[in-house]
Amino acid sequence: MQDLRKRTWWADWGKSLAKYWQLYLLLIPVIVYYLLFKYKPMLGVQIAFRNYQLRKGMWLSDWVGLKHFLRFFSSYWSWTIIKNTLIIGFLSLIFCFPFSICLALIFNELHSQRFKKTMQTITYAPHFVSTIVVVGMMTAMTSPSTGVINKLLVSLRLVDEPIYFMGSSKYFRFMYIYSALWKDGGWNAIIFISALAAIDPSLYEAATVDGASRMQQLIHVTLPSILPTIVIMLILESGKVLNVGYEKAYAMQNDLNLAVSEVISTYSYKRGLEAMEYDYATAIGLFNSVISFTMLITVNAIAKRASETSLF
Amino acid sequence: MQKLTNLPAKTPSHHMIANRGDRFFQGCIYVLTILIAIVTVYPLVYALSASMSKPLNIMNGNVWLWPVELSFQAYKNVFASKSIILGYGNTIYYAVVGTAINMVLSVMAAYPLSMPDIKGKNFVTILITFTMFFSGGIIPSYLNVRDLGLLNSRWAVMIPGAINATNMLILRNYFIHSVPGELREAASIDGCSAIGTMFKIVLPLSKSILMVVMLYYTVSHWNSYFDAMMYLQKAQEKWPLQVHLRNILIMSQMGDMAEQSGVDDVNTQLLYEALKYAIIVVSAAPLLILYPFVQRFFEKGIMMGSIKG
Repeated sequence: MQDLRKRTWWADWGKSLAKYWQLYLLLIPVIVYYLLFKYKPMLGVQIAFRNYQLRKGMWLSDWVGLKHFLRFFSSYWSWTIIKNTLIIGFLSLIFCFPFSICLALIFNELHSQRFKKTMQTITYAPHFVSTIVVVGMMTAMTSPSTGVINKLLVSLRLVDEPIYFMGSSKYFRFMYIYSALWKDGGWNAIIFISALAAIDPSLYEAATVDGASRMQQLIHVTLPSILPTIVIMLILESGKVLNVGYEKAYAMQNDLNLAVSEVISTYSYKRGLEAMEYDYATAIGLFNSVISFTMLITVNAIAKRASETSLF
Repeated sequence: MQKLTNLPAKTPSHHMIANRGDRFFQGCIYVLTILIAIVTVYPLVYALSASMSKPLNIMNGNVWLWPVELSFQAYKNVFASKSIILGYGNTIYYAVVGTAINMVLSVMAAYPLSMPDIKGKNFVTILITFTMFFSGGIIPSYLNVRDLGLLNSRWAVMIPGAINATNMLILRNYFIHSVPGELREAASIDGCSAIGTMFKIVLPLSKSILMVVMLYYTVSHWNSYFDAMMYLQKAQEKWPLQVHLRNILIMSQMGDMAEQSGVDDVNTQLLYEALKYAIIVVSAAPLLILYPFVQRFFEKGIMMGSIKG
């Protein structure tokens, strides 16, 4: 019996290989790519536990156990960075995620299809503006000496002195979230808009017959219908809380706002590429990846229990 | 799938207005939408207007919405800058060659993984999907690229991100759900090889989704700076536009554009005001102009990507 099963297994493989050998051939470069550029760096994280020396490489450098992690956790600055990362991550989750849902709901209530299309085109557009240009525009437009925003605030007498938005710890988080909303708030609504479009119109008809107002329809028909989409997106977002857009954070950083703008990823990058402490930097990055992954798994598990919707 | 892409254009029935409360609600929605649109568009309009104004007017705060004293001096300086032209060329190079590499490899992964009789395809799919949620991190990736001898080479910007798992899955899902299996079988009975079926049947039937994925890749090449900054530190001649932009807009370095203005520091500083905006316009315009024409493809892609599988 055992033997037979084994034989058919091989036979299946043989048959499939004979018929589709070209397709297996196509997959080989793909697998090589993934091993070489995604999984080899995962093996590379072992230097987080080694004293990395260039001439010994990642396999032969001496083991040092948790030394780099202990160093990271024993520094006061590290806790500031962890705090910064969590704050920016959760602020993004609290503001950006519901904003996109609201935007989708608002668009869904628009009568005129042409007006709706135009508004969609406008709100999606900033998605195509690069991070660097977004940060560059913020820097230029909020400049205390020449920026239009400060000119406006001063002429409206909302402030006495121009505010150096980009060079102040106080405004960094606001600027970070605001620019995230501007750039991707509309774009991230697309997924909810398509979920809304798929709702069965007869549900609304039934609600109207029952005398439900627009607001009641929104709460009792629309929201429950798109809940699965919301849950899936929430799970995906939760995996990103620690992986805050480091490319933008890095671009927005300067000496004046570093106390709030330094996040785990940017710190790891600087430790590694600017200070050449590859092993220490890898340890910091690994800490970040592991926590992110754990959060994703946890939120996924909670969602599975609570709403029977999950990513995997 | 077909149902999603051919949505009826008629107004949904829940838009019927019943009473005064609903009318008020409707009014609020319109006002809110228009406000959001204004806040979204203003920075873009301002950047365009400022780029075409005499720099002194920006400095003095005379520019609010429309250009004041039309001047194209800033654009002349931008286009006379060797580093900007070179950066622009590099960006186009990465967008074209990089996207070509992306597309070839993504199809090479997606097509076999969409076939029902391929052994081990679930294992490979999991192998690929896992990388969406866990990675070695920035530093091990950097060391990997260094150890492979790719630092300061154009490949470093194009190869490490050669396949985007999400885009690959969008393609695979489309091949599975939207290309009828009977068509493939018919082709294979007619003596078409697996590759032949791909070129003659599957890819021609998937033109729209291939377009979507291609656009995604192109946009990400056009706008990325971090990889280039990290991997091309010692190869300034290979920098894409975004890295130059970072130096000019954020680090306030004017590079070779300062030399052209000649005269003195005050004039240089003055020119810089308009120059910043001109360079923003020059770099962002191609995508912003192109995008409305291909908007429907992008929306379609998001819907495809959202389908679980």
